[in-house]
Amino acid sequence: MEKYERIPHTADIAVKVYGCDLKDLFANAAFGMFDIIADLDGISAGIAVKVDLKAQSPEELLVAWLDELLYDFYTKNIIFSKFDVREIAQNGPEISLSAEVHGRHVGENKNRLKTEIKAVTFHNLAIKEGEGGYSVEIVFDV
Amino acid sequence: MFDALEKIDDLRWRIPKTFMPGMKVPGVIYADRSLMDDIVKDKALQQVANAAFLPGIVKYSLAMPDIHWGYGLPIGGVVATDIEDGGVVTPGGVGYDINCGVRLLRTGLFESEVRPHIKELLAALFNNVPAGVGSEGKIRVSPAEERKILVKGSGWAVSNGYGIKEDLEYTEAGGCIDGADPEYVSDRAYERGRRQSGTLGSGNHFLEVQVIDEVYDEKTASVFGVEKDQVVVMMHSGSRGFGYQICDEHARKMVGLHGKYNISVPDKQLSSAPVKSPEGQAYLHAMKCAANYAWNNRQCLMHLTREVFERFFRKSFQELGMFLVYDVAHNIAKFEKHIVDGKEKLLCVHRKGATRAFGPGHPELPLKYRETGQPVIVPGDMGTNSYLLAGTEKAEETFFSTCHGAGRVLSRTAAINACRGRSIAKELLNKGIVVMATGRGTLEEEAPEAYKNVTDVVNVVHRADLSTKVCRMRPLGVVKG
Repeated sequence: MEKYERIPHTADIAVKVYGCDLKDLFANAAFGMFDIIADLDGISAGIAVKVDLKAQSPEELLVAWLDELLYDFYTKNIIFSKFDVREIAQNGPEISLSAEVHGRHVGENKNRLKTEIKAVTFHNLAIKEGEGGYSVEIVFDV
Repeated sequence: MFDALEKIDDLRWRIPKTFMPGMKVPGVIYADRSLMDDIVKDKALQQVANAAFLPGIVKYSLAMPDIHWGYGLPIGGVVATDIEDGGVVTPGGVGYDINCGVRLLRTGLFESEVRPHIKELLAALFNNVPAGVGSEGKIRVSPAEERKILVKGSGWAVSNGYGIKEDLEYTEAGGCIDGADPEYVSDRAYERGRRQSGTLGSGNHFLEVQVIDEVYDEKTASVFGVEKDQVVVMMHSGSRGFGYQICDEHARKMVGLHGKYNISVPDKQLSSAPVKSPEGQAYLHAMKCAANYAWNNRQCLMHLTREVFERFFRKSFQELGMFLVYDVAHNIAKFEKHIVDGKEKLLCVHRKGATRAFGPGHPELPLKYRETGQPVIVPGDMGTNSYLLAGTEKAEETFFSTCHGAGRVLSRTAAINACRGRSIAKELLNKGIVVMATGRGTLEEEAPEAYKNVTDVVNVVHRADLSTKVCRMRPLGVVKG
């Protein structure tokens, strides 16, 4: 199954992300976002960062997750390319995520950077479960 | 969708309240038939209808002729809410790039003096004005200074030698809105904003050296200090990562508040809270900080531009006649008094991809522009024209709002596909326009055919008398992020 595809959006960038389960869907959404930001082909991933998050709904958790990675990209200059989502669990009203992500510093050579993503939007955001697994359409403000 | 649309006259269309149960007011879109043929193709009109659900919305959910599909409010959307009637503020009605806007700097130079050197001048601008993904500014400040920027806006730059007092007079709101409180700004927003002061950004942000190509209203043009063949510089940028982080945090927080405040909107990106609620106030305090950050940013960009011109032409910027015509915000929520049903009310006016356009006599305008109305700066795409307009009294019907640009018609992917095998830089050079960009794919994504014809957009607001044409500009050189 492909991880994600670009879908038409007039002003911004929209993607449709696929995953066999929620963990896979979240990992693929992060991959899609960084694939838009930078050229990930053959990129090293020597830095590991742990991510633990909580939210009130799967959609809010998805935005919080992508925002967290975007924040690290802009403030720590890390291009992430490997996403190991270890657990997504429902605990009462909350849903939590635990992951380890891998990337490398942008460094002096900024040639790999492609597009500035300003933010992950909530626009019509709905995670859907179908026969083949999960999918979600995400609009990025660029 | 098109079936639901009612034609009011040649330039206005209505989406009736009956289109979707829950709409509190109708939608009104300013466009002519040919622009509307494009507008109906995506989900922009649906977004006009969605915004009509916002509590406290007054009169109508508006859209300007450059309307296109965004998130939350469409781009080109204007929504005013009555704060005494439970009116809400929505971060999705302002956008992530809080106080994205344009500023127009005039020079005393003419085309004949600049065109022979445009390649070298553009290279100097490109090397000295930081642009592109993750670019960092040359003007570095301590955290304590950054808090001052958030409170003082452009005034911070001017008091630190990056400009003159007169610059503030010719900036919307004097380059600073009251009520910005850094206590409401998260550490994360500080962190994202810290290194980006004085940077252009990327995507559709730009710095353009232009020439006045045609003058429609000589009298107003002379008050604005521009004439035919004169060289001007236009800058388009906003609050960078600082504003994006603020919008993001508050939009996310407000999604969880709809139960508490009994708000029902069809799109989560229209998450909102009453202006008078603690959460609404928290957003507004932080949004004002971002607005001030953006004005300071454009002031710093103008300072860097003046420095480049000074070195290049070996004259001071004053000798070069480099003075600010005006600076306008086009992504912002403002508190303004407007007449509704014969009564003056304090409204929270959201303009997302729309420009404030006060008419003649408005007390907020600098004395020099009291008779002409506010200068309105409307950038086009990088291959064609931009316009300078003047505000009108008639724009009262749109809460004194007008268009902000050309508006996209092609998605970025479609634009890249349309440009496959072509060199946009070469095509523009053939038209006499030098372009430099940092990002891969930026030129293709921003290719002229990705945008509506700005002239069509401007003609609609001119004919509807929401603002009138003063002059048209043509690019000589473009720096893109």
